Amino acid sequence: MRVVADLGLCQGHQMCQGEAPEVFGFDDDVDLVTVLQEHPDDSLRSQVAAAVTYCPAMALAIEED
Amino acid sequence: MSTEQIPEVSYAVDDDGHGHLAEMRVDPIGLFQRVYDECGDIGRFRLADKDVVLVYGAEAQEQFFRAPDSTLDQAAAYPFMTPIFGKGVVFDASPEERQQMLKNQALRGDMMRGHAATIEAEINRMVADWGDEGEIDLLDWFAELTIYTTSACLIGKPFREELDSSFAHHYHDLERGTDALAYVDPYLDIESFRIRDAAREKLVALVQGIIDKRVTRGTVPKEERDLLDVLISIDMTADYITGIFISMMFAGHHTSSGTASWALIELMRHPETMKDVVAELDDLYADGSEVSFQALRSIPRLEAALKETLRLHPPLIILMRVVQETIELAGHTIPPGTVVAASPRVSNRIAEDFPQPDSFDPGRYLDPRQEDLQNRWTWIPFGAGKHRCVGNAFAMMQMKAIFSVILRDYEFEMAQPSEDYRDDVSKMVIQLQQPCRVRYQRRQR
Repeated sequence: MRVVADLGLCQGHQMCQGEAPEVFGFDDDVDLVTVLQEHPDDSLRSQVAAAVTYCPAMALAIEED
Repeated sequence: MSTEQIPEVSYAVDDDGHGHLAEMRVDPIGLFQRVYDECGDIGRFRLADKDVVLVYGAEAQEQFFRAPDSTLDQAAAYPFMTPIFGKGVVFDASPEERQQMLKNQALRGDMMRGHAATIEAEINRMVADWGDEGEIDLLDWFAELTIYTTSACLIGKPFREELDSSFAHHYHDLERGTDALAYVDPYLDIESFRIRDAAREKLVALVQGIIDKRVTRGTVPKEERDLLDVLISIDMTADYITGIFISMMFAGHHTSSGTASWALIELMRHPETMKDVVAELDDLYADGSEVSFQALRSIPRLEAALKETLRLHPPLIILMRVVQETIELAGHTIPPGTVVAASPRVSNRIAEDFPQPDSFDPGRYLDPRQEDLQNRWTWIPFGAGKHRCVGNAFAMMQMKAIFSVILRDYEFEMAQPSEDYRDDVSKMVIQLQQPCRVRYQRRQR
């Protein structure tokens, strides 16, 4: 899978860091999400899926490779 | 350049000199739906002296929601809010200010656990005098509850402790003062505007009374202060402080109140879904875990029922912006000064994206359908883009907390025919039509 974050939509809630801390980080200077692992291991799929579901800005998506 | 090439919708209610305003005041949903049926992905109607261009479909709505504030301005689109907030009180923060508010303020993710506990305590207070059975009016009950929850979480617990149902009552009169005639003149001499202005004065008087008590009391240690203490310390007037509080609470009040009411109505209308949700909650809380803990976590069946409620009954039926710089939407060039809009109520029920759009089907949100995530630009109960409701995580948490508490201890049944629960759409802020009564009974376990 490929993790995509739309920086035009991110509002800086930082919920994704709680759901999948290994995959999502945060850039304090611009208050936007950073994707730490664009192609995370499949074992992290449920965490990433939760981050996508609960992102309050609907800024995240999983694309299949 | 003009909007003349954009098709204009027909008239279902005679033009009384203000275009489609007369229809907006009796059947706005019918009007917005007809724009889609007759004009497709872009159409327009007349609202007093303005052209309103309504866009539909993922492509045009994405253009609409992605446009920067410098191109599409929110504040100017809602003239009916100015007399409610008071002149000079900002309508809405810019995206930058919103981000700053998120960082420092009450909606921050790590504040949510405290809010969940606060909300649970407020619900428990509201049901404390319920007894084993009785009847409530959904609008009155949830409107009062959400005054307490929003004031406690956004302004502070000391301020909330000064409030009783009279604050909720006056606040409701403000919300009723949103007749679309405000597009002609927000200060017209009509009854609902007179009531609105009197209600605002009463709220200012209540806040002035609280300020006077604080001043007499003197300063308290930092950890006991709330936002009101901060605003008093910078010498703001009661009128201005009240305006700030009204505006802070506005986005989260009628929206949450209406959604809680409609969710309960839809659960009563769909006993199988109610059964599933109650079983899910019973299972979740069987180990004695706290509502303040679980409301922040996944509760999939309840969440799906809430999302489906929001799809069918979005609290805001139209989202508007005023064009600041020429913008291209659905192949048309739209000049500054035009109002452009999207309708959550119509968009959320477009059959291409939401099969059997009028049926209540929480299964839409489960894998693999995920109709909300698949349709990010047309599933829009919270809007979309940079201005997507910044309080939506708070709102969902609040809904989960409310239903965790009330469905754990009570069963509900309709106290009137199912089809008699409906919205009063005669104002821009839509609310349940009264009566909207429901019977409750303590669960036997």
